[in-house]
Amino acid sequence: MSEAPALPELPAPIPHQAVSFADGLALDCGIRLARHTVAYRAYGRLNAQASNAILVCHALTGDQYVAETHPLTGREGWWSTVVGPGRPLDTDRYFVLCANVLGGCMGSTGPTSPREEPAGAERGVPEPWGIDFPAVTIRDMVRAQKRLVDHLGIRRLFAVVGGSMGGMQALEWAASYPKAVFAAIPIAAASFHSAQNIAFHEVGRQAIFADPDWMGGQYWRAGKVPARGLAVARMAAHITYLSEAALTRKFGRRLRGGQGSSLFEDMFEVESYLRHQGSSFVRRFDANSYLTITRAMDYFDLAADHGGDLAAAFAETKTRFCLVSFSSDWLFPTAQSRAVARALNRAAANVSFVEIETDKGHDAFLLDEPDFHRTLAGFLAGCAEHARLP
Amino acid sequence: MNDVGPVRFVAKNMRLDLRLIAEMIAPDTRVLDIGSGDGTLIEHLFRTQKCDARGIEIDMAEVTRAVGRGLPVMHGDADLDLGHYPDGAFDFVVLSRTLQAVGRPRAVLRQMLRIGRHAVVSFPNFGHWRVRAQLLFTGRMPMTRTWSRMWYETPNIHPCTIRDFFALCAAEGYRVERWLAVDDEGRRAPWRRFPRLANLFGEQALFLLSRNGEKARP
Repeated sequence: MSEAPALPELPAPIPHQAVSFADGLALDCGIRLARHTVAYRAYGRLNAQASNAILVCHALTGDQYVAETHPLTGREGWWSTVVGPGRPLDTDRYFVLCANVLGGCMGSTGPTSPREEPAGAERGVPEPWGIDFPAVTIRDMVRAQKRLVDHLGIRRLFAVVGGSMGGMQALEWAASYPKAVFAAIPIAAASFHSAQNIAFHEVGRQAIFADPDWMGGQYWRAGKVPARGLAVARMAAHITYLSEAALTRKFGRRLRGGQGSSLFEDMFEVESYLRHQGSSFVRRFDANSYLTITRAMDYFDLAADHGGDLAAAFAETKTRFCLVSFSSDWLFPTAQSRAVARALNRAAANVSFVEIETDKGHDAFLLDEPDFHRTLAGFLAGCAEHARLP
Repeated sequence: MNDVGPVRFVAKNMRLDLRLIAEMIAPDTRVLDIGSGDGTLIEHLFRTQKCDARGIEIDMAEVTRAVGRGLPVMHGDADLDLGHYPDGAFDFVVLSRTLQAVGRPRAVLRQMLRIGRHAVVSFPNFGHWRVRAQLLFTGRMPMTRTWSRMWYETPNIHPCTIRDFFALCAAEGYRVERWLAVDDEGRRAPWRRFPRLANLFGEQALFLLSRNGEKARP
């Protein structure tokens, strides 16, 4: 394994900090990736005992640029209110690490990565995997992260933190590598993806499939991007990240200033907001990655992986858990977090569980929520005392 | 019951009450505090007695405050959430000033002594002479400093007396390892050894219970 040179054949326009593993990665689907790359960013300093590392797991459309200007969008890092000096994940004290997930499109191995050529295959520039990228699971993502964590010499993570799909990863980390996780903070998460959540994902995927520019997943061959389909997928998903109250508060029934010449121009402010969300998303995200990762979330069912009993996933665990949900989140509702908390009770685990009162819906974990931030900071400080962190 | 919290000690009595409870709990044990409030007791048990102390609290603002102080507290309801813990998960399960406010006190006690080897229970004594006198002389529901809410809005829906509680323990087969009654200042009084006197003069009662057949307190 070595620090990955920017592969010349990669279509990636920007280089990402990454490490490549030449010894491969066995996936849940039975396929083995011959080699894989994990792109990551880190903030703060790893102490001499490597005991102060916090792994942040990003959500479906997030990436490793947690607390710095995003190289593609030029916008603030997606969790810059949470990660940084003096912030809840205090980089003066903790070493905060985030890896782009397996299947992603920001430097880690995924559908945009060059396809592995069978031995003896002829020359030339390898094509990207595209739609042929193997199905990955949340557990595969965690396996890839574990390789990075091992590579950095971290035997035990002080904490694994993540919201939404990141929370699924935090749960998977605690279940798969209990001794390597001192504390786990699954936020706005669940132990399985519900039928309703799968249904919303399916709407998004069908929107992508229906775009003529998707071209059976081989749009890159024609130099195209299924922008309309991916934008519609993002718009539909974005509604699920908000709440009715938040939409009403932000937009109500307000109309756009100019009068439209036709019936379906963006007449209402909420429409124009969603269109903007859709169009800006397609500039930074790959459609095949979106398909791959939504599928990984759909597959997730931690109890099913442990004989149908979620408590069995956490048997004998010493990990300290803090579950956080948001009162207006209807995508990953509080009942889902409570079910995880009760399973942890059945395993006699050490669990804190807070529901934060907010009208901001699922996206609240990305926003400025003082009670949430106090909870994060306080829980971590308490854990630091128990872990005897300097 | 969700919008009004159970009776809490007034501030000046708080430390004393928690100290009395803490005295009943052996160091270095696993403790669950039901109705843990802002986490004062579990923090005390962790810091001074090295206990692995955790809390359940129904008031979300209190939960947020406690977790924000680094204490392991989860949002939950004594009536609904105790069933999810395995048998014998704790050495001590504490229910401080909450028994009278739960929906099913007997079921909660059973759960406490299923998931814990010992139960520590404190409650305000409805047999106190001032309560009795008010009911006798005014014919109205008593209103005292402890019982300070009107009958139609009090969260304390299951008041009991010290003798009632002894009777329940006998009926359920719990062993009373220790008990004490304190006056309204939280002091132990000379009548403390006599249940009938304690039932008349004790404002608060505190019991350490175990299942019959359980070894005495370490």
